[in-house]
Amino acid sequence: MLDSFICILARDLRLALRRRTEVFTALLFFIIVVSLFPLGIGNDQAILRQLGPGVVWVAALLAAMLALERLFAADYEDGSLEQLLLTPQPLAWLVFAKIIAHWLLTGLPLVIIAPLIAMQYHLSASATHTLMLTLLLGSPILSLIGAIGAALTLGLRGGGILLSLLILPLYIPVLVYGAKAVSVSSTVASAGQPYFLLLGAELLLALLLAPLAAAAALRIALE
Amino acid sequence: MLHLYDECLLILVKTPVMTTQLPTPSSSDAFVERPQRRWSHWASPATFYPLAGRLIPWFGSAAVLLIIASLYWGFFQTPDQLGGTNAQKEYYRIIFVHVPTAWMSMWLYIILAIWATIGLVFKTRLSFMMANAIAPTGALFTFAALWTGAFWGRTSWGTYWDWDPRLTSELILFFLYIGYSALHAAIDDYRRADRAASLLALVGLIMLPIIFWSINCPDPNQCAALHQRSSLGQIDQDILLAMLGMTLGFWCYSFAAVFMRLRGIILTREADTHWVRDLLLKQPQGVE
Repeated sequence: MLDSFICILARDLRLALRRRTEVFTALLFFIIVVSLFPLGIGNDQAILRQLGPGVVWVAALLAAMLALERLFAADYEDGSLEQLLLTPQPLAWLVFAKIIAHWLLTGLPLVIIAPLIAMQYHLSASATHTLMLTLLLGSPILSLIGAIGAALTLGLRGGGILLSLLILPLYIPVLVYGAKAVSVSSTVASAGQPYFLLLGAELLLALLLAPLAAAAALRIALE
Repeated sequence: MLHLYDECLLILVKTPVMTTQLPTPSSSDAFVERPQRRWSHWASPATFYPLAGRLIPWFGSAAVLLIIASLYWGFFQTPDQLGGTNAQKEYYRIIFVHVPTAWMSMWLYIILAIWATIGLVFKTRLSFMMANAIAPTGALFTFAALWTGAFWGRTSWGTYWDWDPRLTSELILFFLYIGYSALHAAIDDYRRADRAASLLALVGLIMLPIIFWSINCPDPNQCAALHQRSSLGQIDQDILLAMLGMTLGFWCYSFAAVFMRLRGIILTREADTHWVRDLLLKQPQGVE
């Protein structure tokens, strides 16, 4: 079973690295959206510091959203998704591997680029630290929940817009706790603790249920 | 596309169960003696269609009577003020519309999710149609709750909108209703649309408490809200009576509206069946 997991993971990573532009589109989108806000709001340091956590998190949600559409689409078009459904391996497990690959390609780069973004918004060192940690905990939730939406809207006309309509309301808890953790930790470094626990709890719940739901949605889509 | 592997599994798993469920001659005797219809009789769109038609006038008239009576009671038989130290004046009477609509919006989502679950588990077409018929009514009540709440908020809080937890939760509920309907409408194949939208409704149901809680307590260390805590126990008897009457009236309205919509959905989806053809051929001659 571990073999099948690694196999899917390695395959998805290899495929993505051969078409690098697709991988970097989400990351560049994130950077550009975050950089646009100071241009619109003005470059007052106090305001930027206050708005920064929320802006970065909303941009992260949108960037995750943007990349989700491609999660199953390529496999759906060339028929390999049907083959995955036919294998004797549990589908939720294979879907989980795909989600992890997707997160490594779109979520993890956001975590790595976060310190640079934090500098744009003049966040303090402890807030930057918290931002990275919350992104590390929160972005897998985005990929996991998003996979359900991606499977439900597979192959539909205007699937991308529909996907955001379905999934963005479900992202609210991550946004609330992620952004709030960063803003409280800019004053007191250890104040982010409860938020980490809540994000961690939600991550565990999503790890448990989201692959099952996404697998069920794929079966519905490909029936 | 057939899932050969799954189908084999299904046959293997289900065959023994199904044979045991078939009534054996000895046990079926007791069952046959009772001429009463089983509940599953009404699970067929063909039998439920006329039943819904017969129920609509009853629920509709009950809704009209209850709403008129409760509004009369609420407007003329209740105190002019609500609350003790910082009393709300006449404008508090919007409570008779606002609170029942907010309750209905939440109840209907739960009922929608229950029908979706029944549909996913038992694969009954009517359950999916029911869920599908409930969604617009639920969205309507959610919108009404937000709209009346804005008016009430303007007079008592001084603002149409505030990012108060309950306002935000109701807005999210509205998004969930819209998402359900949008996904259903985007898929042409009814079978896939039913099941995909139902799955979404279930995911929404699991996420709802988490979303509500996250909005209610953005700061886990201290929770605060503009809305007061629910205080049904201390409320004036007349006000409570009018509110519950309105709620009952809205329930009846929901039944009537959902059944009307359901009849439309049944006719659309079953358009190529014999019973619909017979029904439509009969009707012009005045036989119903």
